[in-house]
Amino acid sequence: MAVTMAGALNTALHDAMRDDERVVVYGEDVGRLGGVFRITDGLQTTFGAERCFDTPVAESGIVGTAVGMAMYGLRPVVELQFDGFSYPAFDQIVSHVAKYRNRTRSHVSLPMVVRIPYGGGIGGVEHHSESPETYYAHTAGLMVVTPGTPADAYSLLRASIAQDDPVIFLEPKRRYWMKQEVDLPVATEPMTRAVVRRPGTSATLIAYGPMVETALAAAEAGVEEGWDLEVVDLRSLSPLDMDTLVQSVTRTGRAIVVHEAPRFVGFGAEIAAELSERVFGYLAAPVLRVTGFDVPYPAARIEKHHLPDVDRILDAVERSLQY
Amino acid sequence: MSQPVTLTESSSAAGRGGVTATWQEIAPNGALGEPAAHPADLSPERLRELYRFMALGRRIDGQAINLTRQGALGVFASSHGQEAVEVGAALALEAGDWLFPTYRETVAAFVRGVDVVEVLTLFSGSWHGGFDPMRYRVAPFATPLATQVLHATGLAMAARLRGDRVVALTFLGDGAASEGDAHEAMNIAAVSQAPCVFLLQNNQYAISVPLRLQTRASALALRAAGYGMPGIRVDGNDAVSVHAAVRGAVERARAGDGPTLIEAVTYRMGAHTTADDASRYRSAEEVDEWQGRDPLARHLALLRDHGLADDAFLEAVRAEGEAIAAHMRAALYGAPAGDPLEMFDHVYSARTPLLEAQRAQLAAELAAAAEVG
Repeated sequence: MAVTMAGALNTALHDAMRDDERVVVYGEDVGRLGGVFRITDGLQTTFGAERCFDTPVAESGIVGTAVGMAMYGLRPVVELQFDGFSYPAFDQIVSHVAKYRNRTRSHVSLPMVVRIPYGGGIGGVEHHSESPETYYAHTAGLMVVTPGTPADAYSLLRASIAQDDPVIFLEPKRRYWMKQEVDLPVATEPMTRAVVRRPGTSATLIAYGPMVETALAAAEAGVEEGWDLEVVDLRSLSPLDMDTLVQSVTRTGRAIVVHEAPRFVGFGAEIAAELSERVFGYLAAPVLRVTGFDVPYPAARIEKHHLPDVDRILDAVERSLQY
Repeated sequence: MSQPVTLTESSSAAGRGGVTATWQEIAPNGALGEPAAHPADLSPERLRELYRFMALGRRIDGQAINLTRQGALGVFASSHGQEAVEVGAALALEAGDWLFPTYRETVAAFVRGVDVVEVLTLFSGSWHGGFDPMRYRVAPFATPLATQVLHATGLAMAARLRGDRVVALTFLGDGAASEGDAHEAMNIAAVSQAPCVFLLQNNQYAISVPLRLQTRASALALRAAGYGMPGIRVDGNDAVSVHAAVRGAVERARAGDGPTLIEAVTYRMGAHTTADDASRYRSAEEVDEWQGRDPLARHLALLRDHGLADDAFLEAVRAEGEAIAAHMRAALYGAPAGDPLEMFDHVYSARTPLLEAQRAQLAAELAAAAEVG
């Protein structure tokens, strides 16, 4: 049946709470309202206000209390309402969520998931369209995961909740309403593996989260130009599945990384550096990046000029092929 | 000697600085109450135990400072002067309860049964934490201020959710009370009626910054009224008062009646840490004044008044302290640095390919260095 990403996430939470009584879901407006994006819709009705509850507006408090809950043996899944409001919790995430296992020599695990709707393209006001993935991926001890399809949204969220390590789960909010024919429950590829979404030979487009759909559209449009583009969906930003990227780029000889986040010190820089170290001899062109500009996220009516789109990706493919 | 000793303001020791089980409560309207006597029926055994742990704590503290001077510890945050708060509070917990320390609660962790050498691992530089928190139900020392207050709140919420009669007690300082996490934790705990006790040690200084630059309020305990929880201000150099107040708050939390904020007014006799020079920001006269309220001396006077401290008891405590100090010296002086390869072992539940590669790199470097000698 046709499932939206929002629906898949909601079903994943339902199923996780049904299957494991240690799973609790909380955050701002997630209880009675069901979340501003309705991802937690119905959880409080089904599982009670003890296991799905609203908190005071305090992001550091939401994440910090989840640390204590996880210590006690629960599996908290907390929601930070928007990317731009994950920053008040940054200290707890970096100083404790990421480091507790290390500090305690693995005596304490923190099986917790921090869900963050992220990215632009929804006409949001300031602070509602950020792409903070690099902050989290740069922090040892965190897993950072982002789905690009409804099936992955379900499967990756279930896997994240079952994981003994803390997971920053980035939900591409502009794709909440994208649909896919899939029967839930579904188990897709293992959580830390990248997936080839579209096989091809001309060049590899590397994308994640909201840009997977855009990269696939670019690959389709590229057919008209006579290009056969491969699309890799990273799914997990940390750890990063370099093996899949190496295999793909060894075959195509060309790589273009696509993300919404700014280019400078962005995730694409890491991939470009790793590829140049590992498959330098196979590269027919430098690894290129198609990213957001290095500006504070622009206002809603001009954001389309900031976000990578099909044309900008195809321009980059052309540049790559010209080498 | 098992007959409980009832301490009131009329106890003769009150005349020597007041071991009186006295505290001030915060009225619902947010006003600070008058100091008033509270019942503190303590067994002679408990009264002596309070002294024993405070005296051992003082000895541990002195030994840790010496080990720092000798280079065995990189730095140390002294508990000197605050023993009554740490011991009085830690002894108010049951075995199943949790204690969330800052970096200054070496003595409280010791009271919970943690080997003091394991407590001092953080300061020795061999790892960031030295003991198994799950075994002792003591959280690792937290150096970012007030962050652990949220962990205690969350753990208490989880215990309540599971229907367990477990209480979480968290320490925080007067400086940490200015952090946002302290506010968020107390508010969330009150809203969720978490079985949590917030023990705010007001030792008058955040490193060099005096209390009057942290707050304009006449007492930090006044904040309790704003959160809708009981607040108590207690003489933090009086182990009996601290113990009775914390025990009351713990019982209240365990009964399902929610959190309590306790401000224990005390004084950091030493510098912030061994790396600090307190003479740059406070006077010798001020330190002398607080020396006159020394928690050990006051408690010993109480014991003597009640005939609870004979020479044999004091000698036994002294000998126990010397044995612990010897254990600290033997374990910490000249201790090896630890295995560098372990840094890759506790990042995730399993090593990632990236960590495997970096571990192999370091292993090769170590092997090459060993060959060179």
